[in-house]
Amino acid sequence: MKIEIEHLSRRFGSMIAVDDLSFEVNAGEVLGFLGPNGAGKTTTMKIIAGFLAASSGRVRVGEHDVGRSPLAVKRIVGYLPEGAPAWPDMTPIGLLHFAARVRGMTLAAREHRIGLLVEQLALREVLLRPVETLSKGFRRRVGLALALLHDPAVLILDEPTDGLDPNQKRQVRELIRSLSRDKIVVISTHILEEVEAVCTRAVIIRRGRLVADDTPDALAARSRWHGAIGLRLAEPVAAEAFNGLDGVVDVEEAGRDGRAWTLFIAPKAQGGAAVDKVRARLAASGSSVRELWLHRGRLEEVFHELTLEPTEAA
Amino acid sequence: MRAMTAVMLRELSSYFATPLAYVFIVIFLVLNGTFTFYLGGFYERGQADLTPFFGFHPWLYLFLVSAIAMRLWAEDRRSGTLELLLTLPIRLREAVLGKFLAAWIVVGFALLLTFPIWLTVNYLGEPDNGVILASYLGSWLMAGAYLAIGSCMSAASANQVIAFILTAAVGFLFTVIGYPMVLDAAYGWLPQVMVEAIAAMSILTHFQGIARGLLDLRDLLYFIVMIGGWLIATAIVIDLRKAG
Repeated sequence: MKIEIEHLSRRFGSMIAVDDLSFEVNAGEVLGFLGPNGAGKTTTMKIIAGFLAASSGRVRVGEHDVGRSPLAVKRIVGYLPEGAPAWPDMTPIGLLHFAARVRGMTLAAREHRIGLLVEQLALREVLLRPVETLSKGFRRRVGLALALLHDPAVLILDEPTDGLDPNQKRQVRELIRSLSRDKIVVISTHILEEVEAVCTRAVIIRRGRLVADDTPDALAARSRWHGAIGLRLAEPVAAEAFNGLDGVVDVEEAGRDGRAWTLFIAPKAQGGAAVDKVRARLAASGSSVRELWLHRGRLEEVFHELTLEPTEAA
Repeated sequence: MRAMTAVMLRELSSYFATPLAYVFIVIFLVLNGTFTFYLGGFYERGQADLTPFFGFHPWLYLFLVSAIAMRLWAEDRRSGTLELLLTLPIRLREAVLGKFLAAWIVVGFALLLTFPIWLTVNYLGEPDNGVILASYLGSWLMAGAYLAIGSCMSAASANQVIAFILTAAVGFLFTVIGYPMVLDAAYGWLPQVMVEAIAAMSILTHFQGIARGLLDLRDLLYFIVMIGGWLIATAIVIDLRKAG
């Protein structure tokens, strides 16, 4: 099972929402689909889910072409649309049974799956309340239950944790992680920590075009924070204390008391040798190190640089 | 079929979960009574038939059915539930038909609840119950035609008020082109063939045909084509306008 997106474009009038986008997602992957607002994430997901047609290019899910056999694709895809829409006068239990009936699930299968999802997503207390009276967090979880209903091989989730509180976010992330062994999961999100927490791969798009496709770690490693050394000292020092250190390209004070510092290291000099040199220098100047750590890199910064609009950069 | 039934049942329960169906039915019955007895001179005519009752139906439907039809698709488009519905494994035609049937059933139910007037004429005299039955069928078919027009207009606009106005306007057009006054005026400056062609398009002409008690195949066919045609147009419009 895989999703193949080949030269996908989608125009709305003269506006190009998705511009010659190509990538693949394989089983077992959790793909984080990132980009600033209006970059074309939602449009791409709508096309994969079979709601919108592509202007050109094609999308295949498993062996089915979304354009040619949308029904077959919709059977194996679970989709959470942006904003988790639901009919306001329906109850979660009514919604779930409706979707299950449309999907042709038998009564026994329906009750089993719905029971399971109600537990997993903690929906029991709101099952009989109209959706319009539910909080944003509950609505989102009802939407997730709808997407997961038929235990789909492919999950397309447009901002699955939007509107959830930190505990609920964590639950949903755990749920996604627990699902993903043999499934394909594509999630779009603004929250970069989420990508680091659940995604095995991140695709970043900007103005409908792919600008990066890598693991979250590899992406984070592109930032100047990657391999930077964090320090906390017993006594305050001035920035000049680090002057002339090999491989240090920049020094920034991390706290306000002169005790915490970040030393940015040139890519070639990163690693143990740089740490040893810093230690040696500090020992020589008589400062004692309380803590020392290495930064992994900051995805946020890489995201910002990759998606910066030319006008903003200028 | 399974998916269509599921959509129809969902819609039906939605009509009755909100005040919509009840308001529609009550207003329909009250207006029917008022029109029939006061404007239609039901008693004064001294005839045991339901002609005044059915005579007002085209005008009642023109705005009541438009009101029930306006939300068919506009609401789903606006709230995003259209996306939820159409990313389930369902054919567009099943969704269109399911929604239409649910609304048609609600209208049919309201129509059935006018049975006291049928009891009244049977108490007062000896009406031709065959004609009354045919008229009920014709009235329901006519409601279906207005509803199918409304379905298409609702699909064309995410704004319910606009959908309502468009439905009433198009419905009005399809109604008045069968009116003798309009046809007489047209005879003056149009060839007879064209006037007859226009008259043949009218909902009113075909309804009156059935309401006279003549179940002409052409009248039935007209309503089937009318409903089918507008529903196909609905599906096309939804497909074209999904993005917007």
